[in-house]
Amino acid sequence: MYNKTIAELAKSLRSGEFSSVELTLAFLDRIKQHGSLNAYVTITEDLALQAAKTADIRLAAGNAELLTGIPIAQKDIFCTEGIKTSCGSRMLDNFIAPYNATVVDKFNSAGAVMLGKLNMDEFAMGSSNETSYYGAVKNPWNINAVPGGSSGGSAAAVAARLAVCATGTDTGGSIRQPAALCGITGLKPTYGRVSRYGMIAYASSLDQGGPMTRSAEDAALMLQTMAGFDDKDSTSVDVSVPDYRAGLNNSLEGLKIGLPKEFFGEGLSSDVAATLEAAINEYRKLGATVTEVSMPSLKLAIPAYYVIAPAECSANLSRFDGVRFGYRCENPVDLTDLYTRSRGEGFGKEVKRRILMGTYALSAGYYDAYYIKAQKVRRLISEDFKRALAEVDVMMGPVTPSTAFGIGEKIDNPIEMYLSDIYTIAINLAGVPAMSVPAGFAKGLPVGLQIIGHYFAEDKLLNIAHQYQQVTDWHTQIPKGFE
Amino acid sequence: MSLTVSEVKDCAHLARLGIEEQDISSYAKDLSGMLDLLTQMNDLDTDGVEPMAHPMDQVQRLRVDVVTEQVDREKFQAIAPQVEAGLYLVPKVIE
Repeated sequence: MYNKTIAELAKSLRSGEFSSVELTLAFLDRIKQHGSLNAYVTITEDLALQAAKTADIRLAAGNAELLTGIPIAQKDIFCTEGIKTSCGSRMLDNFIAPYNATVVDKFNSAGAVMLGKLNMDEFAMGSSNETSYYGAVKNPWNINAVPGGSSGGSAAAVAARLAVCATGTDTGGSIRQPAALCGITGLKPTYGRVSRYGMIAYASSLDQGGPMTRSAEDAALMLQTMAGFDDKDSTSVDVSVPDYRAGLNNSLEGLKIGLPKEFFGEGLSSDVAATLEAAINEYRKLGATVTEVSMPSLKLAIPAYYVIAPAECSANLSRFDGVRFGYRCENPVDLTDLYTRSRGEGFGKEVKRRILMGTYALSAGYYDAYYIKAQKVRRLISEDFKRALAEVDVMMGPVTPSTAFGIGEKIDNPIEMYLSDIYTIAINLAGVPAMSVPAGFAKGLPVGLQIIGHYFAEDKLLNIAHQYQQVTDWHTQIPKGFE
Repeated sequence: MSLTVSEVKDCAHLARLGIEEQDISSYAKDLSGMLDLLTQMNDLDTDGVEPMAHPMDQVQRLRVDVVTEQVDREKFQAIAPQVEAGLYLVPKVIE
């Protein structure tokens, strides 16, 4: 039953093949059985069973929604009332959120069953899940490899069938990169599409929540619940939410695909390039035409990101002061000592690095040279996207330069880790939506194809991914040992 | 471009961020590496370009000035490190 899609499960729950309680118990068993993956920070077993019972009552009464009774899991960045919300940090190891994120509220009212909270890089800062206070998550395809990050727990859990689907957040690739490295489907929506209320902030002008699923159809169903304007998020965009399933079966005849030449140059490993070429050929068979496009400012995406994200992070994380919630050091001698030691002991190394970088970039005398300059570069990058997307319907390219790297391989070299996000970061700067779709394997490890679209064209991306998944079976592959 | 040990200490102070003495030089090295990366931005002419803060250039919304939520002090203080009589406690600041 754990291999079924959301639509299939919804059918089984309605036909009486099994109940939500039975389904939930099966997933809870699997979570415990595969605890060594370290995908979950918290398992909410009692609450899950309670929610499953309520779902079964709704199903019997005939007032269930599509997600009613479906076991899902939340990235531990989303606040869940009465449940520990750690954000992968010692700083919030004792934090029981006093309210729900809007996204959590929406899943709760749809009747979805939350199995628990998923491991992640500390405060979503990392590309390997190794910066988590709770330890690295393992990639189900090779337990010596990273699952990617920061939504590494989400990707590993979905790939290993420890949840039907999961939420993720993406600031510089944190949904798409782990989705690619774990062989699942991940969608970063347009900035402002999904509410950030109750989603612990890292870089507010870039952060965006989205679905992590096995198939595009499941992603459409999840996004349907997540998307929408929220008064409580001042950056939420008031654009109506379409029916994301309505266009899934549209033909791709005549689709214009652009390949940004900067995505296929030096640095892309040859086995990933070959896998993507085969995927793009599938699209040709589906009736698409392929042209080359150019994004001249793309190479400056990493520098611009590593000013803007740390600057916003240094401001956002100033709220963790050891006074009102979260970690407080022992026996502070005075207020400065309380702030300094609580933060010094509560944050890990990567978070400190970014707070220091952001503080430097925003400090007197450097603000214009770094922050304003980066915001100007950001505008030019976003204009590149607008120009390229005016010529084509979508762009396609790699998500990552290579497949999953080994645990411990890059953690001591932060710059090298940053550079591996070259294909995902620019999308966040522009704010456009993008997906990672399983496109094959290279030496036994999954490869993701990135599809980048116009603002608010999530329905188009889902249609394009779904059509590919009708003629390929990469998205249904199960890692060995998790069948 | 490189960041000195004392510049790292200044930033840590501004951020009220405790870092161990023995780690400072490694932060200085990492941050210097990041600064080298950032200087690449100078290759791009951005004269006359408007800085971009929101992808849709949306500005902060205004709303009617009415009470929408009551703060539940007890609930919020239940998760605080130290409270007394409805107040958050910190070490004495005034002798």
